[in-house]
Parts: sequence; structure tokens; C-alpha cells
Amino acid sequence: MSQVHTTAPGDFWETEPHHHEDGASTSVGFWIYLMSDCLMFAVLFACFGVLGGSYAAGPGPQDLFDLNLIALNTAFLLISSITFGFAMLRMMLNDQRGTLIWLFITLLFGLAFLAVEIYEFHHLIHVGAGPQRSAFLSSFFALVGTHGLHVAFGSIWLVTLMVQVSQRGLIPANRRRLMCLSMFWHFLDVIWIGVFTFVYLLGMI
Amino acid sequence: MAIPSDIETTFLFGRLNLHAIPADPIVWVTFVFVAIGGAGLLWLLTKYKWWGYLWTEWFTSVDHKKIGIMYIVLALIMFVRGFADAIMMRLQQVLAFNGSEGYLNAHHYDQIFTAHGVIMIFFVAMPFVTGLMNYIVPLQIGARDVSFPFLNNFSFWMTVGGASLTMVSLFIGEFAQTGWLAFPPLSGIGYSPYVGVDYYIWGLQVAGVGTTLSGINLLVTIIKMRAPGMTMMRMPVFTWTALCTNILIVASFPVLTATLVLLTLDRYLGTNFFTNDLGGNPMMYINLIWIWGHPEVYILILPLFGVFSEITATFTGKRLFGYTSMVYATVCITVLSYLVWLHHFFTMGSGASVNSFFGITTMIISIPTGAKIFNWLFTMYRGRIRFELPMMWTVAFMLTFVLGGMTGVLLAVPPADFVVHNSLFLVAHFHNVIIGGVLFGCFAAVNYWWPKAFGFKLDPFWGKVSFWFWVVGFWVAFMPLYLLGLMGVTRRVRVFDDPSLQIWFIIAAIGAVMIAIGIAAMFLQFYVSIRNREKLRDDSGDPWEGRTLEWATSSPPPDYNFAFTPVSHGLDTWWDMKRFGQTRPRATYIPIHMPKSTGTGVIISALCTICGFALIWYIWWLAILSFVGVVAVAIAHTFNYDRDFHIPADVVKTTEDERDRVLATLPAAQPAIQGV
Repeated sequence: MSQVHTTAPGDFWETEPHHHEDGASTSVGFWIYLMSDCLMFAVLFACFGVLGGSYAAGPGPQDLFDLNLIALNTAFLLISSITFGFAMLRMMLNDQRGTLIWLFITLLFGLAFLAVEIYEFHHLIHVGAGPQRSAFLSSFFALVGTHGLHVAFGSIWLVTLMVQVSQRGLIPANRRRLMCLSMFWHFLDVIWIGVFTFVYLLGMI
Repeated sequence: MAIPSDIETTFLFGRLNLHAIPADPIVWVTFVFVAIGGAGLLWLLTKYKWWGYLWTEWFTSVDHKKIGIMYIVLALIMFVRGFADAIMMRLQQVLAFNGSEGYLNAHHYDQIFTAHGVIMIFFVAMPFVTGLMNYIVPLQIGARDVSFPFLNNFSFWMTVGGASLTMVSLFIGEFAQTGWLAFPPLSGIGYSPYVGVDYYIWGLQVAGVGTTLSGINLLVTIIKMRAPGMTMMRMPVFTWTALCTNILIVASFPVLTATLVLLTLDRYLGTNFFTNDLGGNPMMYINLIWIWGHPEVYILILPLFGVFSEITATFTGKRLFGYTSMVYATVCITVLSYLVWLHHFFTMGSGASVNSFFGITTMIISIPTGAKIFNWLFTMYRGRIRFELPMMWTVAFMLTFVLGGMTGVLLAVPPADFVVHNSLFLVAHFHNVIIGGVLFGCFAAVNYWWPKAFGFKLDPFWGKVSFWFWVVGFWVAFMPLYLLGLMGVTRRVRVFDDPSLQIWFIIAAIGAVMIAIGIAAMFLQFYVSIRNREKLRDDSGDPWEGRTLEWATSSPPPDYNFAFTPVSHGLDTWWDMKRFGQTRPRATYIPIHMPKSTGTGVIISALCTICGFALIWYIWWLAILSFVGVVAVAIAHTFNYDRDFHIPADVVKTTEDERDRVLATLPAAQPAIQGV
């Protein structure tokens, strides 16, 4: 708390040039965005928690999920997080080529993840377990699908950044963007660990 | 019913066809007036060649001050629409007695009460509050702009997009007939098959993106951009309440977005989240929407608590009593607002234990709120109170809001709630707190900060006319509703059987007419003030003997707000500066780094609005096309790295020298500031 001064406590104006680092607020802002996104997933998890047992006399998790496929998928996504980490390490070393190569590998794993997910969704709908079948399947598709949509947009963003890095190099603006995307990518990994645990593993018990 | 019974869907226009024009003469007449007014406005803009000026100076501006003003203009326009809905309801309820059906059919009436709620909350109160925070917060913390100026512009235009979709529903199709929160299963596709609920969903989704982003933006601004020396406990109270409000926005609007997405999936894809069959659970929606909805009411009121704190301290010429307790009260309310949502549906089967928990948490919230009222009263105690308009609104708020708060505590008692829930008592209660708290606060804020934004004060005569008609009108309009509610009259009713109730509706309608006069007087006040602006001019930049940093710069402030960064050494930094005669820094001016204007925000939100419209009408090709457009424009925007410029030092010097010259012509600043 402030006390009452009787003499001027010092200068009231900063007359020297005040240097704000460009984009100093971006990482805080992006963190806060991620937390708000996290809340969207919280709602979807809550829905799955409440509705996940409402099979409406339809198929349940044990009839539908193929854990081998999901294990493969999980491996793709977790490895893509590691490769993104390698890309960031190359970025720290100012190695543009290395960064781009690792980003490309990350993209491949991301796309592989999406491909498996699309295959899984297609298969489920094909056997009559589409999102309309029961509240359990509605909330399953909403949760897993929202995560998948995030990965899809993350991939579009990744391609955009690869073009920008190859055009302009690892300038501060691009480093900042890579940092944001990397947080986004790891965030999706964390969400997926939740999905894997609560939807797939607990569902199979 | 006006809903077309069989809706054909074509590829080109989806389900949009000639049946979409409402078969209702009232709507046609409104349309004629709106069309004439709109055409007249467009003609004027073209005739005086204002398009270019508006586009370059306002629409594409990333200046937080201009965006703040645009938010408030939007709020005032939507306020007129929302109030028109209100007065139509009042008239209907006066007429619909003794076998009369009134003048509104059920389909129209149900749309009106839904639109009234949606518009007043999302497109009046929210933009008003966001506009105030946008304008004032950066000035109060000594910053040059918000953290993400482009995002700020984009957020504003998304809000406009949502408001536009809601307005379009009046003339093309229909609006939801579900009440402002669109509870399923009524809002499901089975009971609301036409476009009403879809307008509701997409209007709120488009605007909601803007609200969430603007929340993130202001939150980061307050965290990262405070002037040197301004620690958290030296922030002005308005900035504190803005901080808490934006935390609430970021931590609650995603819940609304996700919930509406699930409702959308139910309606568009046939999923079963909130349906009655195949395992769906409508109560899930009601819980989720109120987990957003209760924090939402604190999002609305907290910034106005900040406004009243600033005004009380300024117009009593004293430091705010109990600054620390005010801050803690605000933070307590922020946290508690997440623990009370179930009191909105005590009667919906949660059981006695759960109801008790939420009843108690609700009553606990009244403690920090009461602390605030006492802080304001103690600030006024032995102060030299100047009853200018902002202070008058503040006193009216305290008297009105306390009543609303007490009926709220009454409703928080579950057994009492079982008696008056869903009645006009509830309607009276929340209008009591929202009008008496949020709206009175907005009017106080407009009268208080208008001189800062435009360089002249508002006309006090018409302001007082507006004040008295508003305050008296409010009491006349809503006290009868408390009585009717206690008599058991439920809300959202269109016709009445019991003739003895009519007199109370007539009194309420008289109150509504008085409020209408109050609103007219307010617009007249703006008009008269603009016309007499030379007489009302304030060159000092500090017309009220203010205490916080927004008064340390000229009115209106230059684009860069402050030529030099202010330094805070305690609370009420500007008051300190005046005490020690350090109001104008002397040093060599330096170039100032500023963000560039951009039209991208307008374009993306226009595309989002088109996408929303296409989805409402099932015009799939247009929805896909506009969505791809949104992504493409957003990506293209990221390829533009050239986003800022410097205001050259000599431009700053010219501006500041002019300011020195104006200040020199004023009578010497009174050195009478002795107290603290």
C-alpha cells in the first residue's frame, strides 16, 4: 500500500527512451489463450464424464475401440512433440535448415495421427456407431474430433510457418511464432494424454 | 404460427426463400422505417464524402480510444433496439386482458422477449463495458495502447458481426422463441425447427470470439503494460475491476462457446447431447450455460463497481476509503462467482443438500458486495461532495442496487426461491441490479469520461432531465413487477385472465414511458452538448480534479496518449503529480513507436458473419467458401511483417508545444490541492 508522501518521492516521468521488447506480451497472451482453449476441452471432458456411460442400448467402448490402433496413434502424436522439441533446439542454434527439417518431420507425424483418426472415425460410422447413435458416442466424437480439428489447424499453421521461415529466416518475429506453435503443439499432446487415459484406457476396463 | 410448415432446401439458397419474410405488418412497418433511415444515413455519408474518413480514421483504426468509442456507439444503437422490444412487451401486457389477445401473436411475442434479453446482455451491456475498459484502462496504467492492437480491432468487428446477425433476424426469418439462454429440449431441432435458434447460436458464436479475444487482450495489457512503479496494489480501482472482469471473460466465455457448439451439433448433425432420447441430458446444458452465465453477470457489474469507486473518490475530493478491502472484495467476488451457478435452477431437482450449498455460497457473495457499498459510503463521509452528474448516478446506484441486492439474497434462500422462481419477482430483481448497477454505472461513466474523450463536458441540464426520468421511471416500472411476482404472476406470459392484475401492468408501462423520456433526454443531451461544445469546452484535460492517470494527458488524448511514460509512486498518481507540481515533463521528445491501422479485422469478421448467415440458412457452399476465405485472409495477414511505424519526434514536439500553449492560456492551476 502506498503511504502519503510529503515531498516528491522521485521523478514522475520517464524521459529516457523507453524500450519495449517487440512482442514481449505475446507469450503471456498465448498462454492465456491456451488456458481458455483448455476450458473448452474441460467442457467436452465434463460432457464425456456425464454422458460417457449413456450407451442407449448401443455399442460401448469395449465393442468399438481398438487399443492397438490407439497406441499407434498416441505414439505418432507423442513423437511429433519430441520432433517439435528438436526443431526448437535447432532454432536456438540458429540452424534454419535443421529447424525446417524437424518441422517437416513433425508435420508428417501430425498428418499420420490425423490419418489414423480419420480411419477410426470412418470405421466407427461404418459399423453404425456414428455420433448420432448415443450420447456416449456424441460426446466421444465431440471430444476426440475437437482435438483432431486442433491438430489439423496446427498443421496448417505449421506449413504457414515453414514457408515464412524459409522466406525470411529465423528473425525474431518468426522465432516468436515458432514458440507459440510449439506451446500449442505440446498443449495438444497434454490434452491427448487426457483423452487416451479417460476415454480409451478407462473405457476398456 | 408464422413458421413455414414444410421448408424446401435448394442448393443455391439453402432454406432461404420468400417465406423467410415475416408475415407480420408490425415488422413491415419497422422495416420501412429502418430502410428509410438507413438509406438516409448512407446518402448523408456519401454526400459529405465521409466513407473514406470513417474507413481510414475509425473502422481500420487500431487505436484503443477509437475502438472504445466505437464499442459504446454500438452499445447505444443496440440499446435503442433492445428498449423498443421492452416497450412492446409492456404494451402487450397492458392490453392483453379481459379476453383481448393484445397486439402481438405468440410467435412474435416470444421472439421479442428472447431478443430483448440477448440484445441487452450481449450487445448493449457487454460492448458498453468493453468499450469503457478499452478506452480507460490503457490511459489509467500509462500505456500507449493495448498489448495486441490489431486483435482489439478484430474483436470489435466480431461483436458487430454478431449484432448484425441478430438484427437481420428481424427482417429475414425469425429469432429464437426460447428465452435468452435457449434451454433444450425447447431449443432442439424438434421444437425449434426453423432458423430462430440458429440465428441465436451464430450471433453469439461470432460475437463470443470477439469477447474472448478482447478479454485476453485487456488481461495481458494490464499484466504487462503498467507504467513503471505501478505495482498491483497501486493500480486504480477501475483497472483492478477490469482485470478481474477480463479474468472472468477468459475463464467463462470458452464454456459458452463449447456449450453452444454442442447445441449446434445436436441441431445440425443429430447428435444427442441435450436431447431427451438416446441418452442425452438437457440438464447438462442448463448446468453448463449457467457455469458461464453466472460469471457473466459479474463480468457486467464489476467494471461499473470500479467506475463508482473512481467517481466517488473524485467527487468527494478524497482518497477512496479502504482501497485494499475494495481490491480484495473484487477478487473474492471473482472467485465466488464460479461457485453459485446452481442458484439459477434450485427448482430443477438437485435436492436439498446441493441447493443448501449453492444457497449459502450465494449469500456469501453479498458480503464483499456489501463491503464495497460501505467503502463508498465511508469515502463520502465528511467528504466535500460535488453533486455533478456522475456523482448523482452513483448515489442513485447505491440506493437502487441495495434493493436489488437484498431481493437477490431473498432469492438465494432455496425455499423462498421455490415460491417466487420463474415469476416477475425474479424479473424485477435482475432488472433492479442490471439497470440500477450496470446501466446507471455506464451513464455515470459516460458523463464522467466524455470530457476526456471529446474535450468538452456534457450538458448538465439535459443530463439531469435524463437522470430524473430514468431513476423515477425505473422505480415506477419495476416495483409493480415485484408485487406481481409475489402474487404469483410468472414471467414470459402473453395474455392474462385475472383483470385485477391489469392496474399493475399499467403502472409498469407508465414507468417504461418515463424511461423512454429519459433515453430521449440522454440523446438530446449528447446533441445539445455537441452543438454547444465551445461553451462546454475543457482545455485542462482534468475537468473534475481527477486522481488517476487518464487525467494527466490532454482531452482528447493524442494518438500516443503520453509523450513520456509516467512513473507511479503510490495510489492516485495524477493527484500526486499535481501535489508536487510535476504535471508536465521537460525533455527532448523522441520518436514514438505505434501500430499501423489495418482493414484485415473488418474483412475477416465480415467473412465470419457471412459464414454464420450461410450456416443459419443451410447455404452450405457459401459457408464453406466464406470459411476458407477466413482462413486464407488470416494466413495472408501473417505474411505482413510491416505492422508498425514511428511518430517522428518533431510531430510529437508540435503536438506537445500546442498543448503547452493551450495550458498557458488557462487560469493558473489552483494550488489548492492540499488534502490527500
